[in-house]
Amino acid sequence: MTRRDWLLSDQPASRSQARLGQAFRTWLAFRSNWLAMVGLGIVVLLILVALGANLIAPHDPLLGGDLRTERFLPPLTEGHLLGTDDLARDIFSRIVHGSRLTLMVVVLVAVIATPIGLLVGTTAGYFGGWIDTVLMRLTDIFLAFPRLILALAFVAALGPGIENAIIAIAITSWPPYARLARAETLTIRDSDFINAARLQGASSARILWGHVTPLCLSSVIIRVTLDMAGIILTAAGLGFLGLGAQPPQPEWGAMIAAGRRFLIDQWWVATMPGIAIFIVSLGFNLLGDGLRDVLDPKARK
Amino acid sequence: MSDATTDGGRESALLRLLWKAAKLLATVALTFLGLLVVTFLIGRVVPVDPVLAVIGDRAPKSVYDRVFVELGLDRPLYEQFWIYLHKVFTGDFGESFLTKRPIIDDIARVFPATLELATVAILIGTVLGIPMGVWAAVRQGRLADQVVRVLGLVGYSAPIFWLGLLGLLVFYARLNWVAGPGRIDIAYEYAITPKTGLLLLDSAMQGQWDAFRNVFAHIILPAALLGYFSMAYISRMTRSFMLNELAQEYVTTARVKGVPEWRIIWVHALRNAAVPLVTVVALSYANLLEGSVLTETVFAWPGLGQYITNSLQNADMNAVLGGTLLIGAIFVGLNLLSDLLYTLLDPRVRKQA
Repeated sequence: MTRRDWLLSDQPASRSQARLGQAFRTWLAFRSNWLAMVGLGIVVLLILVALGANLIAPHDPLLGGDLRTERFLPPLTEGHLLGTDDLARDIFSRIVHGSRLTLMVVVLVAVIATPIGLLVGTTAGYFGGWIDTVLMRLTDIFLAFPRLILALAFVAALGPGIENAIIAIAITSWPPYARLARAETLTIRDSDFINAARLQGASSARILWGHVTPLCLSSVIIRVTLDMAGIILTAAGLGFLGLGAQPPQPEWGAMIAAGRRFLIDQWWVATMPGIAIFIVSLGFNLLGDGLRDVLDPKARK
Repeated sequence: MSDATTDGGRESALLRLLWKAAKLLATVALTFLGLLVVTFLIGRVVPVDPVLAVIGDRAPKSVYDRVFVELGLDRPLYEQFWIYLHKVFTGDFGESFLTKRPIIDDIARVFPATLELATVAILIGTVLGIPMGVWAAVRQGRLADQVVRVLGLVGYSAPIFWLGLLGLLVFYARLNWVAGPGRIDIAYEYAITPKTGLLLLDSAMQGQWDAFRNVFAHIILPAALLGYFSMAYISRMTRSFMLNELAQEYVTTARVKGVPEWRIIWVHALRNAAVPLVTVVALSYANLLEGSVLTETVFAWPGLGQYITNSLQNADMNAVLGGTLLIGAIFVGLNLLSDLLYTLLDPRVRKQA
């Protein structure tokens, strides 16, 4: 019996075999969608580039070269693949190092916003009644603001900087997850296994954490993945407005803002970081679409 | 007998409709109150000292203390919120530190620019997006579907401010097809008397066709850009609604009867898909307000978005919060409007009400 047969067996002998088999089937379905694989490839590439930024970047991202001879070198110049900017810094190296900031934003926002959304949503859905009303009203209020505008107002209150931008984006990101988690919770809260757990004397916290949350997780994760492109674009927008990462940090949105002054004659300074943002958010969009097709049976039909 | 029962039915239907309207109104009022709490609290945690913003940092302690009391900062938070509420409902959002004018006047001055841009953009997005979505649904899985899908994906993935800069570079600087940043060239600025504040409308009503052409050359690029993002969303939603309708039995019936295919698609199916589409268009109109913050910065468009970002960069919190509140209110209003339209247009929803 090959490993493949063992994984695809329809009579698994153990719980771990069943789980691994399920994961393998999901993977097979995911692999057959080539666009989703492209998305996965882009995201994996982003992670690798961020990890190995010091090895990949040929120049220092913050220190420029000779200001007399190396400013505004066009792309494909010897040693400067994407050219140099107004301070004679290698644009390719800056983009490579900027990938760390992008990855940091995405990961931190997901890590902050997802648990808040899950907690609010499952609590509201499980308890119902006035707790539900209060929590969902709160969620609706946050949904009533356009995200970028609310993030702008929060950054204004907290002061500019990438950490505050992350907090602001996270504060504005959780409401859709809460709604989703609540809807999922409503469909399972009266099922037999929850009642059984309750009869055994499990506390509400234990039921929420151990039984309800894991079942909400997959749809929330799909939603988070789909949102990651939006998170990247919001962070880049804040950077562009001068409210996110501050110079000389090589954040892609801030790089576009800096290159804007030289747009007409040195077009590459503003264009290259934009291409990087575009590719990465495209990757997250494709990955999210693929994950939804595989994991969400409701969207599959 | 029968008359009486239908009358009774109508009466209770009216009652239910009123009840629903009351509930909706209560929800909106509550949401709006929430918006006010959020903006109020943001205004309190700002690191900018509101007193210093008024008197400057050279004033003596006695003046500081007086202004501190005048601004009501010595009172408890709930009392300050009550005063804030009272002011907002009388249209007093405070004074801008930057322009030294009431915020409400500033907003009234810049808002038409944003409204004009968003309206032209939503027209472009709807006029292109709906036929594209229909086309993609009819040719599901074929080339047309893929083209629409790719256009949508690009719209979801590209930063709007970057596309705006590229647009300026290509269509303004290199090809010179459109006019550059701003709403209108200075040469034409005083040719038209502002009545509505919507320059396209003003210039057309006054017969200033040169000015109209100039305004159009300015607005077309940012509006096309914002319109593209709405188009991406509208075409995607139209496609899924149409796929849903085309799978219904009445479509099969119409085909069996021999109704021409174009009529089935554009008259039968699209009319049913139109109901949820109204919601989609209203929502993307609201989203344009968000897109306008970045677009207006790129195109030096003197609208609400640019006003908010300018005020932000100068730590002018009253202006930021006033603008944020207005956008939030418009957002809530458009959501309400789309809910109401949905009820009005779909008899099935209306009956349930």
